[in-house]
Amino acid sequence: MELLVASAIGVLTAAGLYLVLRLRTFPVILGISLLTYAVNVFLFGSGRLTVGAPPVLQDGMTSYADPLPQALVLTAIVISFGMTAVVVMIGLGAFLGSNDDHVDDQPEDFDKKTEGRA
Amino acid sequence: MTHWLIAPIVLPALLAPFIVLAARYHIGIQRVFSVVGSLALIVIAAGLAWQTSDGTILLYQLGDWAAPFGIVLVGDRLSTLMVLLTALLALFVLLYSIGSGWDNRGRHFHALFQFQLMGIMGAFLTGDLFNLFVFFEVLLIASYGLMIHAGGNMRLRAGVQYVLFNLIGSTLFLFALGSIYAETGTLNMADLAKRVTLIGPEETVGIRVAAVLLLLVFAIKAAIVPLHFWLPSSYAEAPAPVAALFAIMTKVGAYAIIRVYTLVFPPNLEATSGLHDLWLLPAALVSLAIGMVGVLAAKRLDRLIAFSVIGSMGMAMVSISLFTPVGIAAALYYIVHSTLAGSALFLISDLVRTGRGNLDLAPRPPIAGNALTAGLFFVGAIAMAGLPPLSGFLGKLLLLNAAFESDLVVWIWSVILISSLISILGFARAGSILFWKAQSLEPTEDSVTLERPAALSYVAVGGLVALLVAHTVFAGQVHGYAEATAEQLFEPGPYISTVVNTPGKLSTPTEGY
Repeated sequence: MELLVASAIGVLTAAGLYLVLRLRTFPVILGISLLTYAVNVFLFGSGRLTVGAPPVLQDGMTSYADPLPQALVLTAIVISFGMTAVVVMIGLGAFLGSNDDHVDDQPEDFDKKTEGRA
Repeated sequence: MTHWLIAPIVLPALLAPFIVLAARYHIGIQRVFSVVGSLALIVIAAGLAWQTSDGTILLYQLGDWAAPFGIVLVGDRLSTLMVLLTALLALFVLLYSIGSGWDNRGRHFHALFQFQLMGIMGAFLTGDLFNLFVFFEVLLIASYGLMIHAGGNMRLRAGVQYVLFNLIGSTLFLFALGSIYAETGTLNMADLAKRVTLIGPEETVGIRVAAVLLLLVFAIKAAIVPLHFWLPSSYAEAPAPVAALFAIMTKVGAYAIIRVYTLVFPPNLEATSGLHDLWLLPAALVSLAIGMVGVLAAKRLDRLIAFSVIGSMGMAMVSISLFTPVGIAAALYYIVHSTLAGSALFLISDLVRTGRGNLDLAPRPPIAGNALTAGLFFVGAIAMAGLPPLSGFLGKLLLLNAAFESDLVVWIWSVILISSLISILGFARAGSILFWKAQSLEPTEDSVTLERPAALSYVAVGGLVALLVAHTVFAGQVHGYAEATAEQLFEPGPYISTVVNTPGKLSTPTEGY
């Protein structure tokens, strides 16, 4: 099963990195979402993969899953969710304002920037 | 257990929602609460620094749970020094934003400002790596809101770049944390320091990867080349008081490098030996060079100051990457100086913009409030470029002295001195175009007469300059404190034993178990 999970993390990271290096904001945001999926599965897997083992103490169970990575993943998911919402709003505002969703600085920007602007 | 250690985090965390909920439409009430909160923060930070100045380690266990099961806040000399520096900086930046009216140009400036302070204080005080990640995210998300404060297309575009870059950095931080947990089973810094010594010499691959990933994350925050590309646009387009507050954010990266690489992965640990010695110092030298070349090449004042921030961070990282007590002490002195000088310069650039309308380094008629602004720019530029008599010069002397025992001393000395010359040229050129050449041009008929900046703005900038002067005059005491801090960092025994051995709830078994 480790092969399956590791391959999934690898594919998600590769796809995420490819998208992150694109020139428009929307693919970049999608790429960041894929990277957060990858990193959440990676964090979850850092507690070693067990099947059918509970994280919380129960009567009659001998093997348990590590609960700390699960808590870490929950924290990371919540934080990434908030961040993704923020970046979508900021990206939308930037696109609607300047009608251009290039991620990098465009050459025309430098001319605009050096003109008088408060 | 005293609760004062968590006060720098809880106070802004309470003020911010109060400002949003109760004072949402009254900028006057927001300003009052924000300023009173900042003053209280300075008092608390000074008290904490006083308590730790004799070497005691303050420990706060959240929920009374002992480390490593619970999250702990640890105050030693380094943490409380950075907390005090942040509190002082925050007050003057706040006064400037009130005086110049920046806080009224958008919504929720003061609430976001308090959340930002909460994140920065938490990052300095925490003793747990995942908690460090959480506080990094708090300070980052508040900085996203502050960065796009007052809006505008250019600012939003730069804001998108800033947010995207930092999101990728956060993802990398999580990969590093996952690797560390997979290798050692803990994320508490003191407990990690004990467990990495148990890793056998044949099994160090995982922890080495994790250590380098973590260093890269902190290098992104500290804007070390080649991870510095987010800084010039973001700091140039951010509102000036926000850019002034961001001066402490790069220092959070430097603090994290100092903390993790003296406590968890110290220089004498065989498992991680030779990991960063080879490339961290050259990367810092290249940052210094690129930053100062950027100062000379900039076409606008705000870009110039952003590149000088990169250069001064490079200077501090040169000293940190030596990882000797002398080097860390010099770096701490320089970090305090660089924070004050960088933020003073960003505020001065806003004074120039208020009087001039834009920040192009091209000759234009004289600005409103010329003399006072020019004087402040003169002092700020001397400080940042590292000329005598201000603390930049003393800091550079300390750095050059600390580099004396290193193998690369010739490279370090030559890069520091040549880049200082380049930055002096850059600042002098900017100053003469903005203030001297202006005198020879007459205002045209259709030019708009702009008002002088408000008096409170000048008071705020003057306060930062006064702190710089105090940092120079009391350099002996400050450097002595920095040396004591560095000694405490290189003997982490008391830190580790205080954190790991202090009992908490249920640490001693109760009757019947």
